[in-house]
Amino acid sequence: MALDSTALTGGTGPEVARALSEDAAAGRADDSGRRGARTPRRPFGVWFRQTGWRHLIGIVMLVFCAFPLLYVLSAALNPGGTLLTANGLFRTFSLESFTRLFENPTQPFAAWFVNSMVIGLATAIGTVFLGALAAYSFSRMRFTGRRIGLLSLLLVQMFPQLLAFVAIFLLMSTIADIFPAIGLNTQVGLIMVYLGGALGVNTYLMYGFFNTVPMSIDEAAKIDGAGHARIFFTIILRLVAPILAVVGLLSFIATLNDFVIASVVLVDTDKQTLAVGLYRLVSEETAANWSLFAAGAVLSAILPMALFLALQRYIVGGLTAGSVK
Amino acid sequence: MTLPPVETDLPTERRDPATDKRHRRAERYAEAASAGWKVWLVKTAALAIIDAAAVYATMVLAASDQWVIAGIVALVTVAVNVVYLTPGLLPAKYLTPGLIFLLVFQIFVIGYTVYIAFTNYGSGHNSSKDDAVNALLLQSQSRLEDSATYPITVVEQNGVFSLLVTDPETGDAEVGNSEAPLEPVDAEFSGGKAIAAEGYNTLQFAQVIANQKEIGAIAVPVSDDPNDGYLRTTDGSSAYLFTSSLQWDPDADTMTDSRTGVVYRDIGTGAFTADDGTELLPGWVVTVGVDNFVRAFTEESIRGPFIAVAIWTFVFAFLSVATTFVLGLFLAIVFNDPRMKSRKYYRVIMILPYAFPAFLSALVWAGLFNQDFGFINQVLLGGASIPWLQDPLLAKIAILIVNLWLGFPYMFLVTTGALQSIPDDVTEAGRVDGASVWQIFRYIKFPLLLVSVAPLLISSFAFNFNNFNLIYMLTGGGPRFADASINAGATDILISMVYKVAFVGQLRDFGLASAFSIIIFVLVGVISYISFRQTKALEELN
Repeated sequence: MALDSTALTGGTGPEVARALSEDAAAGRADDSGRRGARTPRRPFGVWFRQTGWRHLIGIVMLVFCAFPLLYVLSAALNPGGTLLTANGLFRTFSLESFTRLFENPTQPFAAWFVNSMVIGLATAIGTVFLGALAAYSFSRMRFTGRRIGLLSLLLVQMFPQLLAFVAIFLLMSTIADIFPAIGLNTQVGLIMVYLGGALGVNTYLMYGFFNTVPMSIDEAAKIDGAGHARIFFTIILRLVAPILAVVGLLSFIATLNDFVIASVVLVDTDKQTLAVGLYRLVSEETAANWSLFAAGAVLSAILPMALFLALQRYIVGGLTAGSVK
Repeated sequence: MTLPPVETDLPTERRDPATDKRHRRAERYAEAASAGWKVWLVKTAALAIIDAAAVYATMVLAASDQWVIAGIVALVTVAVNVVYLTPGLLPAKYLTPGLIFLLVFQIFVIGYTVYIAFTNYGSGHNSSKDDAVNALLLQSQSRLEDSATYPITVVEQNGVFSLLVTDPETGDAEVGNSEAPLEPVDAEFSGGKAIAAEGYNTLQFAQVIANQKEIGAIAVPVSDDPNDGYLRTTDGSSAYLFTSSLQWDPDADTMTDSRTGVVYRDIGTGAFTADDGTELLPGWVVTVGVDNFVRAFTEESIRGPFIAVAIWTFVFAFLSVATTFVLGLFLAIVFNDPRMKSRKYYRVIMILPYAFPAFLSALVWAGLFNQDFGFINQVLLGGASIPWLQDPLLAKIAILIVNLWLGFPYMFLVTTGALQSIPDDVTEAGRVDGASVWQIFRYIKFPLLLVSVAPLLISSFAFNFNNFNLIYMLTGGGPRFADASINAGATDILISMVYKVAFVGQLRDFGLASAFSIIIFVLVGVISYISFRQTKALEELN
């Protein structure tokens, strides 16, 4: 995936995956813990010393975590609101900002949204496919250069594509002179750039998971007369679906969050992505456009947040299965 | 598909090379026979499309004289065909698609970055010398006084506009456009003026009006020598001879301003330069060696901000990891008590900042921190006017606060997992030996935790080292350094400075930006190398 998955705050792909898997482990321990907690009532003092103060910290953290999100929501529901009026939390309720968002042709939110989704989905699918192909060969085949190949993937990952954006810009503008359809200012071009990072971290993540699928399954299929392509597409890909979902989701979110490469490659306003478009929207007239921006932010965040929270269990389940071996 | 296990494997030591070879051949045949016709069809169709596209691309590239790229495209296509048409080469079949993208858009662009770092690429220097000469001659054109009027007709061929010119002296028809000098052509005349030429469409009046701007930009060289001047039109029906005030002498490699008499020479810096140092822009791209690196480290107005930015980058990355880790670990310990109820709900809320798209978070926080209208000043601080994002120190603090919000959920998840993977008997043994809760944590749990979390802390450091979105969306790198000649500010980190040097503002310096990129590459590489060795040592200790 482009930019590897680091656009997620705080870590690269495997770490995120690991964090998620550990979260699942935490979840399991949670249940057993709660069963143990069904003890007779404790006096308030004891309760507070043991767990009560933890709830206090929890509530402080709840406010810290949720406040900015509630603030955005409130600002989005405040029609024609500026930064100043957004401070009166939930004092008004109207969906006007959401409708206005789709009316101004100089801020084509709908186009940005569609662009982001198309680019994000295409990149995610491409990344999953390319990564899975590579991981399959590294996991199932023994060939000269295999070890070096794996090592150099790790090495290449140390040099993020993000740092080469000047060269990407110049390369894409050269391509645009010769093949305008895939050069600068095209979505196909941007997707291709992102796919440059499809191997690397993703291959590693998938490679580890592929290794947990027993070889005997492949062998049984081979005896039944299945070729390698059939084994890959009909058996292996289904068995490793959880890791495909993880990589796809991480790649989608990373693509959605990318500002640098998207802003460099896409020039026209109506070709840009949410990150570039919404940034321009607030950086130009911060105070006046605030409720518009907030409405845009709410709409853009719904899908990735829902995906993240909904797929979490599924992803985590798959990953823990993989990491336990 | 369930089969009883078949005893097919012969003991390995009894296999001789010949059997082995036959075995492999048999496997290959089986492979070929088992591939369904559908797969074969898809494969052939895909290859056919790729080959067709490649042939087209090579032809176009060859037509525009890009021989090197044409060669590369041809080579890659041949390689792809070999890989997919030869039996065997199985790993290559699976690796090729990803590798092609990797080679072009990651490895090649890194190499290209290195190349650009050694050039003067940027605004004013972005093409070849020939282009620069033409651009200079074009932009310094003025209409020759008392020059003849050339009757013209605007014609079009394959979407390119040309001028059909009737020579006022000879009455012959000639055609030409910005790319091609005037050439005689067979034309149809009406009243002594050529109005149509073979192979060209004559533009109607309405079409001329509709394409006014494009037609006004056409400058037709009257001959191969650009010094002879250009024909330009303003109304679409007559043209005038324009000549340049600059005279281009290809043999002496000089530009001479015919009005002032100043001679500009090519002194190897990528622009025609007069003796007093004035440059004619646009110039062209030349290799300048390590100039950009030298500039970064010696030129005071670049070195000052560069060093300040580099130091802040390290401080920022370190503090980001430290603050998020401490808070995450603290919360993990707090919420890791099995007696505590509804921990699950707290956990979900605490993941929210992590699930919210990062670029949006930074923008939202920029609104919250706004000096005049933001929630923090207006509501929490009762109308104070604290310049959160305008004061260098406060802006840095604001960035760390926002990054804490963004980053602690990740650390919380990671440390929770690591804590729970530490077996209980370790704690118990400590307790039996009479250690306090703090001692158990400090001397047993924490070192164990650090072993499993250290690599994640390093990659978190590397990530924050290049955390572009947070910086650029929250403060834009500002407040800007007053005495800097490059676009950089107090909260800029290296990557956001590179972006601003290359893409923000009027002056774009791709060469310098790439040089900075290389410096970051090196820094990140060295840090990762050292720290990974350190953590390995840590692991061996335990």
